[in-house]
Amino acid sequence: MDGIHDMGGTHGWGTVAIDPDEPVFAEDWHARTFALGLASMGASGTNLDAFRHALERLHPIDYLSDGYYGRWLRAAELLLVDSGVLAPGAVEARARRLAGEDVTEPADTEVNKPSYQRGGPGSLRQIDDEPAFAAGQRVRARELYKSGHTRMPAYVRGRTGTVEARRPAAVLPDSTAHFTGEDAQHVYTVRFESTELWGPDAEPSTLLIDLFESYLEESQ
Amino acid sequence: MSSDPRSVDRPPAALRAEALEELLTERGLVKTEVLDGFINRYVNDVGPLNGAKVVAKAWVDPDYRERLLADGTGAIKELGFAGPQGEHIVVVENTDEVHNLVVCTLCSCYPWPVLGLPPDWYKDPAYRSRAVREPRALLAEMGLQLADDIGIKVWDSSAENRYFVLPRRPAHTESLSEEELAALVTRDAMVGVAEVVS
Repeated sequence: MDGIHDMGGTHGWGTVAIDPDEPVFAEDWHARTFALGLASMGASGTNLDAFRHALERLHPIDYLSDGYYGRWLRAAELLLVDSGVLAPGAVEARARRLAGEDVTEPADTEVNKPSYQRGGPGSLRQIDDEPAFAAGQRVRARELYKSGHTRMPAYVRGRTGTVEARRPAAVLPDSTAHFTGEDAQHVYTVRFESTELWGPDAEPSTLLIDLFESYLEESQ
Repeated sequence: MSSDPRSVDRPPAALRAEALEELLTERGLVKTEVLDGFINRYVNDVGPLNGAKVVAKAWVDPDYRERLLADGTGAIKELGFAGPQGEHIVVVENTDEVHNLVVCTLCSCYPWPVLGLPPDWYKDPAYRSRAVREPRALLAEMGLQLADDIGIKVWDSSAENRYFVLPRRPAHTESLSEEELAALVTRDAMVGVAEVVS
Protein backbone atom coordinates (compact mmCIF):
# COMPACT_ATOMS: atom_id res chain seq x y z
CA MET A 1 0.00 0.00 0.00
CA ASP A 2 1.07 3.58 -0.59
CA GLY A 3 1.22 4.92 2.93
CA ILE A 4 3.10 6.93 5.51
CA HIS A 5 5.45 3.99 6.17
CA ASP A 6 6.88 4.08 2.63
CA MET A 7 9.33 6.84 3.41
CA GLY A 8 12.16 6.24 0.92
CA GLY A 9 12.96 9.48 -0.88
CA THR A 10 10.14 11.54 0.63
CA HIS A 11 10.87 15.11 1.63
CA GLY A 12 10.33 17.25 4.67
CA TRP A 13 11.59 15.14 7.59
CA GLY A 14 14.49 17.38 8.53
CA THR A 15 17.75 16.04 9.85
CA VAL A 16 18.73 13.36 12.31
CA ALA A 17 21.15 13.37 15.20
CA ILE A 18 22.97 10.47 16.85
CA ASP A 19 22.71 10.23 20.62
CA PRO A 20 25.85 8.27 21.56
CA ASP A 21 24.49 7.51 25.05
CA GLU A 22 21.09 6.24 23.98
CA PRO A 23 19.88 3.35 26.15
CA VAL A 24 18.31 0.28 24.52
CA PHE A 25 14.94 1.39 25.90
CA ALA A 26 14.49 5.05 26.82
CA GLU A 27 11.35 4.36 28.87
CA ASP A 28 9.89 1.36 30.67
CA TRP A 29 6.85 1.27 28.41
CA HIS A 30 9.13 1.01 25.36
CA ALA A 31 10.59 -2.18 26.79
CA ARG A 32 7.16 -3.61 27.74
CA THR A 33 5.81 -2.70 24.29
CA PHE A 34 8.76 -4.32 22.54
CA ALA A 35 8.03 -7.59 24.36
CA LEU A 36 4.26 -7.24 23.93
CA GLY A 37 4.71 -6.56 20.21
CA LEU A 38 6.65 -9.81 19.80
CA ALA A 39 4.09 -11.69 21.90
CA SER A 40 1.13 -10.19 20.04
CA MET A 41 1.90 -12.15 16.89
CA GLY A 42 1.52 -15.50 18.63
CA ALA A 43 -1.38 -14.34 20.81
CA SER A 44 -3.32 -13.13 17.75
CA GLY A 45 -2.41 -16.15 15.61
CA THR A 46 -0.80 -13.90 12.99
CA ASN A 47 2.76 -13.42 11.79
CA LEU A 48 5.57 -10.90 11.27
CA ASP A 49 4.27 -9.79 7.87
CA ALA A 50 0.82 -9.14 9.35
CA PHE A 51 2.49 -7.16 12.15
CA ARG A 52 4.34 -4.99 9.62
CA HIS A 53 1.08 -4.52 7.73
CA ALA A 54 -0.68 -3.55 10.95
CA LEU A 55 1.92 -0.78 11.37
CA GLU A 56 1.12 0.42 7.85
CA ARG A 57 -2.64 0.36 8.47
CA LEU A 58 -2.42 2.88 11.30
CA HIS A 59 -3.63 6.37 10.52
CA PRO A 60 -0.58 8.46 9.53
CA ILE A 61 -0.95 10.62 12.62
CA ASP A 62 -1.11 7.53 14.84
CA TYR A 63 1.87 6.07 12.97
CA LEU A 64 4.00 9.06 13.89
CA SER A 65 2.73 9.91 17.36
CA ASP A 66 4.55 8.32 20.32
CA GLY A 67 7.37 7.27 17.96
CA TYR A 68 8.53 3.79 17.12
CA TYR A 69 7.14 1.99 20.17
CA GLY A 70 3.97 4.04 19.97
CA ARG A 71 3.25 2.43 16.61
CA TRP A 72 4.28 -1.01 17.88
CA LEU A 73 1.75 -0.67 20.67
CA ARG A 74 -1.06 0.34 18.31
CA ALA A 75 -0.15 -2.39 15.80
CA ALA A 76 -0.18 -5.06 18.53
CA GLU A 77 -3.60 -3.89 19.67
CA LEU A 78 -4.88 -3.84 16.09
CA LEU A 79 -3.84 -7.46 15.46
CA LEU A 80 -5.40 -8.61 18.74
CA VAL A 81 -8.68 -6.83 17.99
CA ASP A 82 -8.70 -8.19 14.42
CA SER A 83 -8.38 -11.71 15.85
CA GLY A 84 -11.13 -11.16 18.40
CA VAL A 85 -8.71 -11.76 21.27
CA LEU A 86 -9.52 -8.30 22.59
CA ALA A 87 -12.71 -6.32 22.09
CA PRO A 88 -12.43 -2.97 20.30
CA GLY A 89 -11.80 -0.36 22.98
CA ALA A 90 -10.67 -2.88 25.60
CA VAL A 91 -7.17 -1.45 25.92
CA GLU A 92 -8.40 2.12 26.12
CA ALA A 93 -11.03 1.23 28.75
CA ARG A 94 -8.47 -0.59 30.90
CA ALA A 95 -6.00 2.28 30.53
CA ARG A 96 -8.67 4.73 31.71
CA ARG A 97 -9.44 2.52 34.68
CA LEU A 98 -5.71 2.43 35.50
CA ALA A 99 -5.84 6.23 35.42
CA GLY A 100 -8.65 6.16 37.99
CA GLU A 101 -11.61 6.80 35.69
CA ASP A 102 -14.84 4.92 36.27
CA VAL A 103 -15.23 3.23 32.88
CA THR A 104 -17.02 0.03 31.94
CA GLU A 105 -14.87 -2.38 29.98
CA PRO A 106 -16.35 -3.85 26.79
CA ALA A 107 -17.54 -7.46 26.82
CA ASP A 108 -15.23 -10.04 25.28
CA THR A 109 -15.76 -10.77 21.60
CA GLU A 110 -15.56 -14.14 19.90
CA VAL A 111 -12.00 -15.20 19.14
CA ASN A 112 -11.52 -15.46 15.39
CA LYS A 113 -7.86 -16.04 14.59
CA PRO A 114 -6.84 -16.33 10.94
CA SER A 115 -6.62 -19.85 9.61
CA TYR A 116 -3.64 -20.56 7.40
CA GLN A 117 -0.76 -22.98 6.98
CA ARG A 118 2.91 -22.16 7.52
CA GLY A 119 5.45 -24.14 5.53
CA GLY A 120 8.00 -23.94 8.33
CA PRO A 121 9.50 -21.58 10.87
CA GLY A 122 10.76 -18.14 9.84
CA SER A 123 10.53 -16.69 6.36
CA LEU A 124 13.13 -18.56 4.29
CA ARG A 125 11.99 -21.55 2.19
CA GLN A 126 13.54 -24.10 -0.15
CA ILE A 127 11.75 -23.99 -3.50
CA ASP A 128 12.16 -25.97 -6.72
CA ASP A 129 11.19 -23.21 -9.16
CA GLU A 130 13.82 -22.27 -11.69
CA PRO A 131 14.95 -18.69 -10.94
CA ALA A 132 13.57 -16.30 -13.57
CA PHE A 133 16.53 -13.93 -13.34
CA ALA A 134 20.29 -14.18 -13.00
CA ALA A 135 23.01 -11.88 -11.70
CA GLY A 136 23.90 -9.25 -14.27
CA GLN A 137 20.49 -9.31 -15.94
CA ARG A 138 18.61 -6.04 -16.53
CA VAL A 139 15.24 -5.98 -14.80
CA ARG A 140 12.46 -3.50 -14.22
CA ALA A 141 10.45 -3.16 -11.03
CA ARG A 142 6.88 -3.77 -12.17
CA GLU A 143 4.32 -1.00 -11.86
CA LEU A 144 2.40 -2.68 -9.08
CA TYR A 145 -0.13 -0.57 -7.23
CA LYS A 146 -1.30 -2.80 -4.39
CA SER A 147 -3.71 -1.67 -1.73
CA GLY A 148 -2.53 -4.39 0.68
CA HIS A 149 0.88 -5.23 2.10
CA THR A 150 3.90 -5.24 -0.16
CA ARG A 151 7.63 -4.92 0.30
CA MET A 152 8.28 -3.03 -2.92
CA PRO A 153 8.74 0.63 -2.03
CA ALA A 154 7.12 3.15 -4.38
CA TYR A 155 10.44 4.76 -5.20
CA VAL A 156 11.65 1.80 -7.30
CA ARG A 157 8.32 1.19 -9.07
CA GLY A 158 8.81 1.24 -12.85
CA ARG A 159 12.58 1.77 -12.55
CA THR A 160 15.20 -0.28 -14.34
CA GLY A 161 18.18 -1.86 -12.62
CA THR A 162 20.54 -4.82 -12.67
CA VAL A 163 20.35 -8.04 -10.67
CA GLU A 164 23.26 -8.02 -8.21
CA ALA A 165 22.64 -11.40 -6.56
CA ARG A 166 20.00 -14.00 -5.87
CA ARG A 167 19.23 -14.49 -2.17
CA PRO A 168 17.47 -17.39 -0.39
CA ALA A 169 13.84 -17.87 -1.42
CA ALA A 170 11.32 -16.55 1.07
CA VAL A 171 7.59 -16.37 1.71
CA LEU A 172 5.94 -13.50 -0.14
CA PRO A 173 4.90 -10.90 2.45
CA ASP A 174 2.12 -9.68 0.14
CA SER A 175 0.37 -13.04 0.63
CA THR A 176 1.55 -14.04 4.09
CA ALA A 177 0.39 -10.79 5.68
CA HIS A 178 -3.12 -11.48 4.40
CA PHE A 179 -3.08 -15.21 5.30
CA THR A 180 -3.75 -16.25 1.69
CA GLY A 181 -0.75 -18.58 1.44
CA GLU A 182 3.01 -18.38 1.52
CA ASP A 183 3.72 -18.12 -2.23
CA ALA A 184 7.46 -18.58 -1.54
CA GLN A 185 9.59 -16.99 -4.26
CA HIS A 186 13.12 -16.26 -5.27
CA VAL A 187 14.46 -12.97 -3.93
CA TYR A 188 16.97 -10.79 -5.76
CA THR A 189 19.13 -7.89 -4.71
CA VAL A 190 18.71 -5.37 -7.52
CA ARG A 191 21.06 -2.45 -8.13
CA PHE A 192 19.72 0.92 -9.25
CA GLU A 193 21.77 4.00 -10.02
CA SER A 194 20.59 7.11 -8.21
CA THR A 195 20.03 8.95 -11.50
CA GLU A 196 17.52 6.25 -12.55
CA LEU A 197 15.62 6.77 -9.31
CA TRP A 198 15.90 10.50 -8.73
CA GLY A 199 16.69 12.09 -12.08
CA PRO A 200 19.83 13.35 -13.81
CA ASP A 201 20.76 15.80 -11.05
CA ALA A 202 20.66 13.16 -8.30
CA GLU A 203 23.53 12.88 -5.85
CA PRO A 204 25.70 10.04 -7.24
CA SER A 205 25.17 6.75 -5.38
CA THR A 206 24.07 3.17 -5.95
CA LEU A 207 20.98 1.69 -4.33
CA LEU A 208 20.72 -2.02 -3.64
CA ILE A 209 17.34 -3.39 -2.66
CA ASP A 210 15.83 -6.85 -2.17
CA LEU A 211 12.87 -7.58 -4.44
CA PHE A 212 10.70 -10.68 -4.78
CA GLU A 213 10.55 -12.36 -8.18
CA SER A 214 6.93 -11.34 -8.84
CA TYR A 215 7.91 -7.68 -8.37
CA LEU A 216 10.24 -7.87 -11.38
CA GLU A 217 10.08 -8.17 -15.14
CA GLU A 218 12.75 -8.44 -17.81
CA SER A 219 14.11 -5.26 -19.27
CA GLN A 220 16.29 -4.54 -22.30
CA MET B 1 -10.25 -0.99 7.94
CA SER B 2 -12.66 0.87 10.19
CA SER B 3 -14.40 4.00 8.95
CA ASP B 4 -12.54 6.11 11.49
CA PRO B 5 -9.09 4.59 11.81
CA ARG B 6 -7.59 7.58 13.57
CA SER B 7 -7.75 7.47 17.31
CA VAL B 8 -8.42 10.71 19.12
CA ASP B 9 -7.73 11.63 22.72
CA ARG B 10 -6.48 8.27 23.81
CA PRO B 11 -4.78 7.66 27.15
CA PRO B 12 -0.98 7.99 27.15
CA ALA B 13 1.04 5.18 25.61
CA ALA B 14 2.60 4.14 28.91
CA LEU B 15 -0.84 3.48 30.38
CA ARG B 16 -2.05 1.68 27.26
CA ALA B 17 1.03 -0.57 27.36
CA GLU B 18 0.28 -1.43 30.99
CA ALA B 19 -3.36 -2.06 30.09
CA LEU B 20 -2.45 -4.32 27.18
CA GLU B 21 -0.09 -6.36 29.35
CA GLU B 22 -2.78 -6.79 32.02
CA LEU B 23 -5.42 -7.87 29.51
CA LEU B 24 -3.14 -10.44 27.88
CA THR B 25 -1.83 -11.74 31.20
CA GLU B 26 -5.35 -12.18 32.58
CA ARG B 27 -6.28 -14.22 29.54
CA GLY B 28 -3.22 -16.42 29.96
CA LEU B 29 -1.88 -15.30 26.58
CA VAL B 30 1.41 -13.91 27.84
CA LYS B 31 3.53 -14.55 30.89
CA THR B 32 5.34 -11.70 32.62
CA GLU B 33 8.52 -13.80 32.87
CA VAL B 34 8.52 -14.41 29.12
CA LEU B 35 8.18 -10.68 28.41
CA ASP B 36 10.94 -9.97 30.93
CA GLY B 37 13.08 -12.54 29.13
CA PHE B 38 12.65 -10.83 25.75
CA ILE B 39 13.63 -7.48 27.27
CA ASN B 40 16.54 -8.85 29.27
CA ARG B 41 17.97 -10.56 26.19
CA TYR B 42 18.20 -7.31 24.22
CA VAL B 43 19.27 -5.13 27.15
CA ASN B 44 21.98 -7.44 28.44
CA ASP B 45 22.96 -10.16 25.96
CA VAL B 46 22.41 -9.15 22.35
CA GLY B 47 23.90 -5.85 21.23
CA PRO B 48 26.62 -4.25 19.11
CA LEU B 49 29.37 -5.94 21.11
CA ASN B 50 28.50 -9.09 19.16
CA GLY B 51 29.06 -7.34 15.86
CA ALA B 52 32.26 -5.74 17.13
CA LYS B 53 33.69 -9.22 17.84
CA VAL B 54 32.82 -10.29 14.30
CA VAL B 55 34.54 -7.24 12.81
CA ALA B 56 37.67 -7.59 14.93
CA LYS B 57 38.01 -11.25 14.03
CA ALA B 58 37.64 -10.43 10.34
CA TRP B 59 40.41 -7.83 10.65
CA VAL B 60 42.92 -10.22 12.22
CA ASP B 61 41.97 -13.48 10.48
CA PRO B 62 41.95 -13.36 6.65
CA ASP B 63 40.32 -16.81 6.36
CA TYR B 64 37.51 -15.71 8.66
CA ARG B 65 37.06 -12.49 6.67
CA GLU B 66 36.71 -14.53 3.49
CA ARG B 67 34.11 -16.83 5.07
CA LEU B 68 32.27 -13.83 6.49
CA LEU B 69 31.98 -12.14 3.10
CA ALA B 70 30.98 -15.40 1.37
CA ASP B 71 28.47 -16.58 4.00
CA GLY B 72 27.73 -13.96 6.63
CA THR B 73 25.12 -16.02 8.46
CA GLY B 74 27.42 -19.05 8.79
CA ALA B 75 30.54 -17.11 9.81
CA ILE B 76 28.58 -15.09 12.39
CA LYS B 77 27.10 -18.29 13.78
CA GLU B 78 30.66 -19.60 14.29
CA LEU B 79 30.94 -16.95 17.04
CA GLY B 80 27.62 -18.07 18.51
CA PHE B 81 25.44 -15.26 17.19
CA ALA B 82 22.10 -16.17 15.58
CA GLY B 83 18.41 -15.61 16.18
CA PRO B 84 15.45 -13.47 15.14
CA GLN B 85 16.15 -10.95 12.36
CA GLY B 86 19.27 -12.88 11.43
CA GLU B 87 17.98 -15.64 9.17
CA HIS B 88 20.25 -14.53 6.32
CA ILE B 89 22.94 -11.96 7.04
CA VAL B 90 24.92 -10.42 4.20
CA VAL B 91 28.19 -8.70 5.12
CA VAL B 92 29.27 -5.80 2.91
CA GLU B 93 32.82 -4.52 3.16
CA ASN B 94 33.94 -0.91 3.15
CA THR B 95 37.06 -0.25 1.10
CA ASP B 96 39.07 2.75 -0.06
CA GLU B 97 36.69 2.99 -3.03
CA VAL B 98 33.27 2.07 -1.62
CA HIS B 99 31.34 3.02 1.49
CA ASN B 100 28.27 0.96 2.44
CA LEU B 101 25.22 2.24 4.31
CA VAL B 102 22.24 0.21 5.56
CA VAL B 103 18.65 1.42 5.86
CA CYS B 104 15.11 0.05 5.94
CA THR B 105 12.83 2.58 4.23
CA LEU B 106 9.60 0.59 4.85
CA CYS B 107 10.04 -0.07 8.58
CA SER B 108 13.24 -0.52 10.59
CA CYS B 109 14.65 -3.95 9.71
CA TYR B 110 18.03 -4.43 11.37
CA PRO B 111 20.39 -7.38 12.02
CA TRP B 112 19.45 -8.06 15.65
CA PRO B 113 21.87 -10.96 16.38
CA VAL B 114 24.93 -8.78 15.68
CA LEU B 115 23.72 -5.28 16.56
CA GLY B 116 20.80 -5.70 18.97
CA LEU B 117 17.82 -3.39 18.56
CA PRO B 118 18.11 -0.35 16.28
CA PRO B 119 18.89 3.09 17.73
CA ASP B 120 16.47 6.01 17.42
CA TRP B 121 18.25 7.63 14.50
CA TYR B 122 17.87 4.44 12.42
CA LYS B 123 14.10 4.50 13.00
CA ASP B 124 13.78 8.25 12.38
CA PRO B 125 11.80 9.26 9.27
CA ALA B 126 14.64 11.62 8.31
CA TYR B 127 17.08 8.70 8.10
CA ARG B 128 14.62 6.35 6.40
CA SER B 129 13.66 8.92 3.76
CA ARG B 130 17.02 10.49 2.97
CA ALA B 131 19.45 7.54 3.12
CA VAL B 132 18.30 6.33 -0.29
CA ARG B 133 18.10 9.76 -1.93
CA GLU B 134 20.92 11.91 -0.60
CA PRO B 135 23.15 9.59 1.43
CA ARG B 136 26.28 11.74 1.14
CA ALA B 137 24.54 14.85 2.43
CA LEU B 138 22.87 12.86 5.21
CA LEU B 139 26.14 11.22 6.30
CA ALA B 140 27.86 14.61 6.39
CA GLU B 141 25.12 15.91 8.69
CA MET B 142 25.58 12.83 10.87
CA GLY B 143 29.30 13.57 11.17
CA LEU B 144 30.81 11.42 8.43
CA GLN B 145 32.45 13.41 5.63
CA LEU B 146 33.30 11.03 2.80
CA ALA B 147 35.89 11.98 0.19
CA ASP B 148 34.34 12.75 -3.20
CA ASP B 149 36.09 9.80 -4.86
CA ILE B 150 34.49 7.24 -2.50
CA GLY B 151 31.37 5.71 -4.03
CA ILE B 152 28.33 5.07 -1.84
CA LYS B 153 26.27 1.89 -1.85
CA VAL B 154 22.99 2.08 0.06
CA TRP B 155 21.34 -1.22 1.05
CA ASP B 156 17.57 -1.01 1.60
CA SER B 157 16.58 -4.04 3.74
CA SER B 158 13.20 -4.60 2.09
CA ALA B 159 13.02 -8.42 2.44
CA GLU B 160 14.36 -10.86 5.08
CA ASN B 161 18.05 -10.43 4.27
CA ARG B 162 19.88 -8.36 6.84
CA TYR B 163 22.91 -6.27 5.97
CA PHE B 164 25.95 -5.70 8.15
CA VAL B 165 28.86 -3.40 7.29
CA LEU B 166 32.45 -4.55 7.76
CA PRO B 167 34.18 -1.21 8.38
CA ARG B 168 37.72 -0.37 7.31
CA ARG B 169 40.37 -1.15 9.90
CA PRO B 170 41.88 2.11 11.14
CA ALA B 171 45.54 2.83 10.45
CA HIS B 172 48.23 2.25 13.09
CA THR B 173 46.38 -0.56 14.85
CA GLU B 174 48.84 -3.36 13.95
CA SER B 175 49.89 -3.82 17.56
CA LEU B 176 46.36 -4.15 18.96
CA SER B 177 44.88 -7.48 19.98
CA GLU B 178 41.59 -8.77 18.64
CA GLU B 179 39.92 -7.77 21.88
CA GLU B 180 41.40 -4.26 21.77
CA LEU B 181 40.26 -3.90 18.17
CA ALA B 182 36.72 -4.98 19.07
CA ALA B 183 36.60 -2.20 21.66
CA LEU B 184 37.11 0.36 18.88
CA VAL B 185 34.21 -0.85 16.72
CA THR B 186 30.98 1.10 17.16
CA ARG B 187 27.39 0.26 16.29
CA ASP B 188 27.26 3.27 13.97
CA ALA B 189 30.26 2.01 11.97
CA MET B 190 28.55 -1.37 11.44
CA VAL B 191 25.46 0.35 9.98
CA GLY B 192 27.64 2.62 7.87
CA VAL B 193 27.11 6.08 9.34
CA ALA B 194 30.56 6.32 10.92
CA GLU B 195 34.09 5.05 10.47
CA VAL B 196 36.13 3.27 13.08
CA VAL B 197 38.84 5.46 14.57
CA SER B 198 41.74 4.41 16.74
